Amino acid sequence: MIHVEHLQKSFGSVQAVKDISFDVAKGEVVGLLGPNGAGKTTTMRILTGFLRADTGQITIDGVNVMEESRKVRQHIGYLPENAPVYLDLEVTAYLSYIGTLRGIAKSELQTRIRKMVEACGLENVVGRIIGQLSKGYRQRVGLAQAMIHEPKILILDEPTSGLDPNQIGEIRNVIRTLGRERTVILSTHILQEVEATCSRAMIISSGTLVGVGTIEELMRQGKGKVSYIVTAKAPRERIHEVFSKVKGVEFQEWMTSEDESAQRFSLRELNGKNCAEEIFHAAVEGGFPLVELTRERASLEDVFRELTGA
Amino acid sequence: MKKIVTMTKREFFSYFTSPIAYVYLMTYLVLANWFFFRGFFLVGQTDVRSFFSIQPWIFLFFIPAVSMGKWAEERKQGTLEILFTLPVRDIEVVLGKFLGAFALLVTALFFTFPMVMSVAFLGNLDWGPVIGGYIGLLFMAGAYLAIGLTISSMTENQIIAFILAVVVSFLFFMLGSPLLSGARGSFVAPMFQYFGIGMHFDSIARGVIDSRDILYYLSMIAFFLFLNLNVIQTKARK
Repeated sequence: MIHVEHLQKSFGSVQAVKDISFDVAKGEVVGLLGPNGAGKTTTMRILTGFLRADTGQITIDGVNVMEESRKVRQHIGYLPENAPVYLDLEVTAYLSYIGTLRGIAKSELQTRIRKMVEACGLENVVGRIIGQLSKGYRQRVGLAQAMIHEPKILILDEPTSGLDPNQIGEIRNVIRTLGRERTVILSTHILQEVEATCSRAMIISSGTLVGVGTIEELMRQGKGKVSYIVTAKAPRERIHEVFSKVKGVEFQEWMTSEDESAQRFSLRELNGKNCAEEIFHAAVEGGFPLVELTRERASLEDVFRELTGA
Repeated sequence: MKKIVTMTKREFFSYFTSPIAYVYLMTYLVLANWFFFRGFFLVGQTDVRSFFSIQPWIFLFFIPAVSMGKWAEERKQGTLEILFTLPVRDIEVVLGKFLGAFALLVTALFFTFPMVMSVAFLGNLDWGPVIGGYIGLLFMAGAYLAIGLTISSMTENQIIAFILAVVVSFLFFMLGSPLLSGARGSFVAPMFQYFGIGMHFDSIARGVIDSRDILYYLSMIAFFLFLNLNVIQTKARK
């Protein structure tokens, strides 16, 4: 559906995108992940035809974006960052404006608007000026705008930024529902978002793709790192002494403890074998109580941190 | 074409969703009427020439005020990004903005008509210069507007856009005046005169509608809108 090859884009001396290539299949929901300023927005702007790439090829549904931009735009719905919508227009008037510019026939327009109002949960704000709406509703109006022409591809730039947890949940639901019948690319720097909505993630860091795959694949790329969070009631030297003898684990770092009489720290698992029992026995032999012992698998956060080099 | 009409309507009505349009129209009409009637009763002639000769000066401030926010706002809000990713040509967006703002200027001019009518009611009015004057004003408004829009596309700051537009419009207006062209040698004087907005207006306002003047205005508008298109493309699309 979307084929991107060796994309490059510079602004002056700043290289925002350095050689990015990827493919997105029909019906996929792909998350574009990366720290702020990694090149997510630039990549999306090039995909939508808003910016021109310096070099590289993009084909969407077999059509070249650079050469036939307007034809491609017909099939793309785009929600830019912060959902920029006209604040002085009424909700349905805005949708009708965008719909008309999208070339939707007059006879069809009302049905489409009604459909969008329903799909994006805008029933309560119909008749109101967009400028009076909350951030969450503006975001939904932005989504409705992006989908009014029933595009095959949806490109959403940080669709949930600045929303409260309830609103985030609602927007994610809308995206998930959409993902069933459309190809969606969304960008975010919130990892839970990718876990909650995307079937695949692409991690971008300073303009290059550093990791591509399903969530599980990316987690495995984190070298299957497992660590133990331990809290023990003993002095630090004693802890070091006791746990350095345990085979298969290695001391990682001290952590902050809520209880002043106890030390909280983490141990890294080395051989992929569960050593929780050994840790317990070591503590017993050392003669001090364990207050906490948790085995943790590397989270997407860790993978993200590792890949983006933060 | 249909898309240009849609955008023109949107641009035009967007002035009316806030009090801006009413403030513009009121201020313009009060000024236009005041300057005219101040001298009208003193002279005691049924002549509206003074009305048309003062308009270029009022336009000099009125039109940059209308145009200053057109692109600045769109870029600041980020709404341009949506507009420029719709299946619409960039030039259609530019034309939509121009025509929408132009419609407001036409509305303003329309409301000066009662004044002309009241003069015609008082005595025998020569309609030639009146019709010529209005046509001249429309074209001049178009040229000022194209200049103002182009400058609005260059900066996100509306106040800078306003002041620069006044300055540039003023330069173009003064180019043809004897003050500037008279001081030059015989070679540059006609050239300066040709590029001056004011000179072309004077000849139309006299009631002589010359195709050269019309052509001048149309090419001024076309040139600045083309410049506008290029500026907004390089600024926004990079």
